[in-house]
Amino acid sequence: MSYRTSRRALLKGGMAAGAFAATTGTARAAESDPLITEPQFWAQGFGDGVDATPYGLPIEFESDVIRRNVEWLTADTISSINFTPIHALDGTITPQGCAFERHHSGAIELRKDDYRLMINGLVDKPLVFTYDDLERFPRENHVYFCECAANSGMEWAGAQLNGAQFTHGMIHNMEYTGVPLKTLLTEAGLGAAGDLAGKWVYVEGADASSNGRSIPMEKALEDCLVAFKANGEALRKEHGYPVRLVVPGWEGNMWVKWLRRIEVMDAPVEAREETSKYTDTLADGTSRKWTWVMDAKSVITSPSPQSPITHGGGPLVISGLAWSGHGAITRVDVSKDGGKTWQTARLARPGEKRALTRFYLDTDWDGQEMLLQSRAIDDTGYVQPTKDQLREVRGLNSIYHNNGIQTWLVNPDGKAENVEVS
Amino acid sequence: MSKSRNIVLGAVLAAGVTGPVLAGPLGLGRPATPDEIAAWDTDVRPDGTGLPDGEGDVWTGEELFEANCAVCHGDFAEGVDNWPQLAGGFGTLDQDDPVKTVGSYWPYLSTTWDYIYRSMPYGNAQSLEPVDVYALVAYILYSNDLVDDDFVLSRDNFLDVEMPNAGGFRVDDRAETEYPLWRGEPCMENCKDAVTVTMRAAVLDVTPDDGAE
Repeated sequence: MSYRTSRRALLKGGMAAGAFAATTGTARAAESDPLITEPQFWAQGFGDGVDATPYGLPIEFESDVIRRNVEWLTADTISSINFTPIHALDGTITPQGCAFERHHSGAIELRKDDYRLMINGLVDKPLVFTYDDLERFPRENHVYFCECAANSGMEWAGAQLNGAQFTHGMIHNMEYTGVPLKTLLTEAGLGAAGDLAGKWVYVEGADASSNGRSIPMEKALEDCLVAFKANGEALRKEHGYPVRLVVPGWEGNMWVKWLRRIEVMDAPVEAREETSKYTDTLADGTSRKWTWVMDAKSVITSPSPQSPITHGGGPLVISGLAWSGHGAITRVDVSKDGGKTWQTARLARPGEKRALTRFYLDTDWDGQEMLLQSRAIDDTGYVQPTKDQLREVRGLNSIYHNNGIQTWLVNPDGKAENVEVS
Repeated sequence: MSKSRNIVLGAVLAAGVTGPVLAGPLGLGRPATPDEIAAWDTDVRPDGTGLPDGEGDVWTGEELFEANCAVCHGDFAEGVDNWPQLAGGFGTLDQDDPVKTVGSYWPYLSTTWDYIYRSMPYGNAQSLEPVDVYALVAYILYSNDLVDDDFVLSRDNFLDVEMPNAGGFRVDDRAETEYPLWRGEPCMENCKDAVTVTMRAAVLDVTPDDGAE
């Protein structure tokens, strides 16, 4: 965009001239740019040698693209949560180093040599595997999102945290390599379990919290993965190194990290993490249990409170993420007026089953206030509801599974705020 | 288990049982020994399956609680600061800020035993003997006014304890109560007459400072 069109758009939008002066990275056409006319040091001297960084981190200018913690949410940082900087990411794959963490007794350090996986219960042959054993089974690769059941949970009672990272950042999306859980169960033999209908697997981690969860047999056989690689490399310590469970489409709590035991059972354990926690209390005081699937959801990541518009009016990329635990995203609609009118956005790639999908709405901003919303639709025909629609069914105390439509108020100077609208 | 999920299972089995992956084991791994299974498999189910021998009384439990638990959970299991409250909260589940404790919310006593034995005290898990856990669970029941102070909990009377919210849970019913409401072509034009901002996060101002511009 040339200075002239940009300036016209700004004036049309009624913005102060000062806002443009503060804008960085815009070359002034009227005079020559010294970044071009003067030789710069990076064009004259040397950069770093190839031995400077055996395993690299992002360049320092990206230092704000980091996980963040919200101290008041939990009693301490050991059994706690942090947030993926989704406001600053693009595409769909989450870099592991800034992918969110949720631990119940901290991120433990478990060497491959010390790793053991047990399968017991209603199996023909209870087994113990080493890490090396797991790498000898036939492998698969799949991309899936892992969303904490509590993602957006602080927003049930209204707009609270100001940023997509905080309202929607308990999520990551990685390409996993691992062995189907079905393969390992077959190795132990399911004959002893008899009729598999009504059977369960109980999975638990090697950490002190154990995070034990009960999973119905049909899901265990369908697509659960015992994963040891993510985004091409070993799992990060904080994501379950060396082995975690991947439970596609289902709440993140069930993606047991540092997986140490799988027990085949004829009933669920009703463990702490599926009774006291990860049950959803409704307005009448009764609660849902076993709310495993994460429903279709989306959020505009930019513009958003941490990612304001700094370029003034004119061409604007509205960018966001959509996902569904039931299947693939087929469509995302975007509203700029708080839900009065909607436009169908463009999916960067066709939606993949139980994985993040990137959408874009390429638009022309007139510099006026916007109330931005996105609305995901999945291949079951489910349309992401508003928060009020959810509250009408559930009340305010569910804690988990808030997939209501998010609204960002973008004001004429480009700043965005988390709001709720009627 | 709901009928719909049994139908799903049928489909999975029909598609999967004859697949190559289930064709036969590869002979990897080695048999787990009984000692190994006993060491790791400590889960206790609602019907009491998995409970070891032992018993413990309220007063022994109180001493253990003071020594191991009260620093976070309070002398009377009422919770300290932001740490979980284990007792009280009766009658609050349908109120604005429900207080969910072992007494007011947890459906099964087995979960209390199982969780304490495996994962408590926080920072020193798996340091308690089964008799300690029986006593602590007895004390937590007493703190919730669910048993008298002379109560002794054992494997034999474990299932006699009535948990007040045992009937308070239902299996996920979104497929019946929500999904039919939200399927179908959504509104694209003239969907509302007016839009008003009703809440603003900036007014609350509880976001970490360095997280926002």
